[in-house]
Amino acid sequence: MSDIPQELKYTKSHEWVRLEDDGSLTVGITEHAQGLLGDMVFVELPDIGDEFEAEQDCAVVESVKAASDIYCPVEGEVIAVNEELEDAPEQINVNAYHEGWLFRIKPLKEDDLGGLMSPEDYAELVESESH
Amino acid sequence: MTDVTLKETPIIKAHQEMGAKLVDFGGWNMPIHYGSQIDEHHQVRQDAGMFDVCHMTIVDLRGCEVIAYLAKLLANDVAKIADKPGKALYSCMLNNEGGVIDDLIIYSMEPAWVRVIVNSSTREKDLAWMRSQIGNMAVDLNERDDLAMIAVQGPNVRELAGKALGDEIAGADDLKPFNALLINAGADNERFVARTGYTGEDGYEIVCANSQAEQMWNQLADAGIKPCGLGARDTLRLEAGMNLYGNDMDETQSPLESGLSWTVDFSNEARQFNGRSSLEKQKEQGLKYKFVGLILKDKGILRAHQAVLVEGSSLQGELTSGTFSPTMQKSIGFARVPIEASEICQVAIRKKQLDAQIIKLPFVRQGKILVS
Repeated sequence: MSDIPQELKYTKSHEWVRLEDDGSLTVGITEHAQGLLGDMVFVELPDIGDEFEAEQDCAVVESVKAASDIYCPVEGEVIAVNEELEDAPEQINVNAYHEGWLFRIKPLKEDDLGGLMSPEDYAELVESESH
Repeated sequence: MTDVTLKETPIIKAHQEMGAKLVDFGGWNMPIHYGSQIDEHHQVRQDAGMFDVCHMTIVDLRGCEVIAYLAKLLANDVAKIADKPGKALYSCMLNNEGGVIDDLIIYSMEPAWVRVIVNSSTREKDLAWMRSQIGNMAVDLNERDDLAMIAVQGPNVRELAGKALGDEIAGADDLKPFNALLINAGADNERFVARTGYTGEDGYEIVCANSQAEQMWNQLADAGIKPCGLGARDTLRLEAGMNLYGNDMDETQSPLESGLSWTVDFSNEARQFNGRSSLEKQKEQGLKYKFVGLILKDKGILRAHQAVLVEGSSLQGELTSGTFSPTMQKSIGFARVPIEASEICQVAIRKKQLDAQIIKLPFVRQGKILVS
């Protein structure tokens, strides 16, 4: 069973979302997703100030094996990106939930997390996809 | 698991015990990696690794007309290895239009016995085509699904395999590159050892009975040869400039525009191999494309099917394979590009057009980077 931290929210496209104290959201890909993709070799991040709708593709992570689109979990504006990934994309493999974070967004609407999945629901999704 | 139809090699249990990540690979449940495909890649370039390649199709052709049969079936000339037991030859098998049905290696075993190893993904159509081409000739085709194959590859691997297997592969030490040896022919412990591979490193491909494959795998592992998955196999073959059937060439492509001209032998004018007249027509009319290696100069990853643009040409090229090269720490690929292309081209990656350097393949051989 993959590591699915209880304090995070999830998407069906395997992103994790952490609500920060200032109301912004940090986004990355889950441990399960990094395991499926394998060794990361390239990350294309959005620019700070870019605005995205919910479920719009906003970044790309590439492993040796394949490229994978990252979707914005809620409508919002990018306020930070993890620039260290440019030279060290393998941080996603090493620690998907911390050093491997991708970007931070300021949601357009407050309390816009209703559409995201709970850890329990995400665990069920992972379970169903491995059968 | 719902994939109850996936085929398994005789080594599946060892893969599971060694922590393999298994994936559906053309209907086979195969290891893609055992943790990190990049680590496995370096293992082969720098030391010794091994691959389960039991999914590949081994076919024995016997009969007094085998050489005449292969002279027509294959674009390379079987005469180079006929009656030279132990010699191997790489060739394309073409259709009558000159398209590539498959690429394969043939091994001269004995007079009137040639072993052919073809791809797994093309097994059924290959066998059907090969059978259809026999006609009235005295050729007997026998698929050897009773046999398993393990590829051991890397600069230190022959020494380690020799230690691990001892007399089982006696004489393999003296094999020259692209030569093979049959040991204990016909006995239960028969071994077929070829000094061939798909990584650009030294090594063997070892064939034994299915029932003995797991034991051999474990003996090799105990000697320090690390298991490697098909992920590393792909990055290794790309660095080594070796084509992958289905990506880099297929029935719609000419070997002459797939980097395989060196394998098409027109020298014997009397040898009317399948597809010959089509290829001669192509040469007469002039080839439009050439097959090259690309190194991406900017950050990003080359992938199959990305468009390639060349200044001064109205034709568009296309990537046929692409990946990240662990040895070069850059993205590399193969592309079919307009014939006038030289030095630099542009590759369309998502919304950007990025510069790539055009090179003559291969990128890496025997641990050394050959391009700059």
